[in-house]
Amino acid sequence: MSAIVKPMITLKEICTEAETIRLTNQNSLGDKIVSDIYVNAEIIASLAVTRKISEKPSLDSRLDDILTSRLFGFPIMLLLLSTVFWLTITGANIPSEMIGNALFAFQDQLVLWFNLAGAPDWLTGVLVLGMYRSLAWVVAVMLPPMAIFFPLFTLLEDLGYLPRIAFNLDNMFKKCQACGKQILTMCMGFGCNAAGIVACRIIDSPRERLIAVLTNNFVPCNGRFPTLIAIATIFMGGIVASEYQTAIASLVITILVMLGIAITFAVSWALSHTILKGETSSLVLELPPYRKPQIGAIIYRSIIDRTIFVLKRAMIMAAPAGAITWILANVYIGELSMIAHLAAWLQPLGYAIGLDGFILLAFILGLPANEIVVPILLMSYLSSGQILEVDSLNQLREILISQGWTWLTAVCTLLFCLLHWPCTTTLLSAYKETGSKKWTLLTFLIPTVIGFAVCFTVAQSARLLGLV
Amino acid sequence: MDTLPTNIPLSTINIGSICQIVSLNLQGLLRRRILDLGMVPGTSVQCIRKSPAGDPIAYLVRDTLIALRNEDARQITVTLL
Amino acid sequence: MDKLSIEEHRRMLREHFGITTTPGQFTVALAGNPNVGKSTVFNALTGLHQHTGNWPGKTVDNAQGSFTYLDSSFLMVDLPGTYSILAHTVEEQVARDFICFGKPDATLVVLDATCLERNLNLALQVMEITPKVIVCVNLMDEAVKKNITINITALQKELGVPVIPTAARNGIGLGDLRHALYEMSIGLALTNPRQIRYSSEVETAIQELAPKISRCIGHTLSPRWVALRLLDGDQAFIDSITHYLDLENTLQELAV
Repeated sequence: MSAIVKPMITLKEICTEAETIRLTNQNSLGDKIVSDIYVNAEIIASLAVTRKISEKPSLDSRLDDILTSRLFGFPIMLLLLSTVFWLTITGANIPSEMIGNALFAFQDQLVLWFNLAGAPDWLTGVLVLGMYRSLAWVVAVMLPPMAIFFPLFTLLEDLGYLPRIAFNLDNMFKKCQACGKQILTMCMGFGCNAAGIVACRIIDSPRERLIAVLTNNFVPCNGRFPTLIAIATIFMGGIVASEYQTAIASLVITILVMLGIAITFAVSWALSHTILKGETSSLVLELPPYRKPQIGAIIYRSIIDRTIFVLKRAMIMAAPAGAITWILANVYIGELSMIAHLAAWLQPLGYAIGLDGFILLAFILGLPANEIVVPILLMSYLSSGQILEVDSLNQLREILISQGWTWLTAVCTLLFCLLHWPCTTTLLSAYKETGSKKWTLLTFLIPTVIGFAVCFTVAQSARLLGLV
Repeated sequence: MDTLPTNIPLSTINIGSICQIVSLNLQGLLRRRILDLGMVPGTSVQCIRKSPAGDPIAYLVRDTLIALRNEDARQITVTLL
Repeated sequence: MDKLSIEEHRRMLREHFGITTTPGQFTVALAGNPNVGKSTVFNALTGLHQHTGNWPGKTVDNAQGSFTYLDSSFLMVDLPGTYSILAHTVEEQVARDFICFGKPDATLVVLDATCLERNLNLALQVMEITPKVIVCVNLMDEAVKKNITINITALQKELGVPVIPTAARNGIGLGDLRHALYEMSIGLALTNPRQIRYSSEVETAIQELAPKISRCIGHTLSPRWVALRLLDGDQAFIDSITHYLDLENTLQELAV
């Protein structure tokens, strides 16, 4: 008996047949399938689950009544945010100093070893005074605040509170054709803009995700806070009596942060109506029950996943930056170091936007890491061969004033610090997340252009009005 | 006796009211996401609370709190229970 | 179509999923809805022996961790938290592709005891893809607080796969979980996963397609499930099938 061989059916033919069936059913089979699965789930659940209905509202419900109420919702959010900031800033001071001292002490040891090994001065300079010193600085300044901020943020996440923030603020984002979850990426950006950009994955729509990525840098990260605080304290705080100094400085920082948030909304709106016009946004947000946080897991997740990840990337960027900066500061062309030459070249542009050539150069050289902007500035001003920090704010004020700083310089520096290009780690994250050179370029350009425009306007207006 | 309103938008039900889903006039990814969360025709939904700004609104569906924007909830037709 | 040999499987995991296993190591996929405590289970089982990265070519988180139990080594792959695996988002695709084509030795689906009905949606879908499923009902402590009782025996009977109650935050149930994963991986656990009953239009359509599908691609994939994907119009899945089936052919040709 001969075997009957059936002709091989190809996958393609089956697909076509499936298409036909699907269309015959008016494309409703997909819905039916989901419905049917739920019917099965209901049957199983009815057999396996029993519950006692309680009459009184649950703790969750009562908490939400307060945290999302018209009266308390917003104030509590602001209060929580300020508390997190305050804890991060004050808590980080002493550890930063300790780490800094330890690492710089080790630097002296390194110099000793290099000398003993007979290394040429320039090599010691590049590797120890440049590379190592910058690394040490970045670690000392970056690590403590992040080690406080990220655990606090992760704590709020574990508690289940973060979706409530998105719930409360979604309406404002909707008006900009963006997603309420963007506020969470902005909060992350306060810790580190690179982490903020990676956090944009929580936004489902690609268009809204891009908006969040492009605007994340308007939120000042932990690395920029020392700069903002130092300048705000010196200049704004210096105007009033010393007991009000910290209060005034805090007020200035708050205003700057609010300004950053306002610009975020404005730019999000603009993007939605120009280059990122597209399908309307939508929100489907689960509000999970409040849960008791697991402290151990929080510390682990925030330290290993977030802090160390960011630190690693920053160190990779800061090391070569330190080397380059040392070279520029110690290689002389004629009478002046290369830094001095570059600063002179940048002076006209810097002056136009209310800064000076040295400040602008410091921001440029601080591209790899925002933390080294002030040290580079001081190094340039004092023509020292290595980045340095001064011991007291008074000393800092004297140096700046002697270099010609006015209140306008301080204001414009603060504004430029808030509104300038993202650091290289952030740009790299943007590239990895968007997969596109075009969007990465825009991540660089948008804050930069706005920064220049705002500072230019402020500087020229102040001068025209004779206020300086 | 008044009969309860049928076929009204989800966005119009009051806080505390329970209703049953009749149909979804949504498309694309939004539709799939909402279906996947169990908001299929025949499911009961309860309106729980509104955001301080009035929008979005949180609904209880199969023991889960889901927040939806007004315009999207308007496209979901329900019958009050 | 024959199954891949162990070596071919390890190679496929490495090249297409970026997952490197040690010889003899079992792979376990970890799936679940968002907010069910999946990470808690993951951390509890793998501790510090984990690392995070991305799935190859995608901006989706990938966490892998390892643990040992009774002299066997396990690599647990934490899939993105998804409400469903019907694959309309990148996260769902990644999860689906790994469970379906990565062929883990066991798939652990974590459910939230306080909203079991919604969570069963994902469990049932996973059970359609592979019979090697273990269901973990987590947050049992939360359920107690909310006066919800789960009859685990009844649930296990209805689902046809092992069901392990846990309160991972308090370390409860983890031993049973490890043991269940072990038995599943070495082939000791016999499961009879509940088949989803669909309405008549859908069932008729499945009957039309399923026999043809099994003639075409054999039994490496459940023909019923493939039929459902095609009826849903899942183009990405069709691409995945072609890609991975060609892949299996290539690997076997190379092995010869």
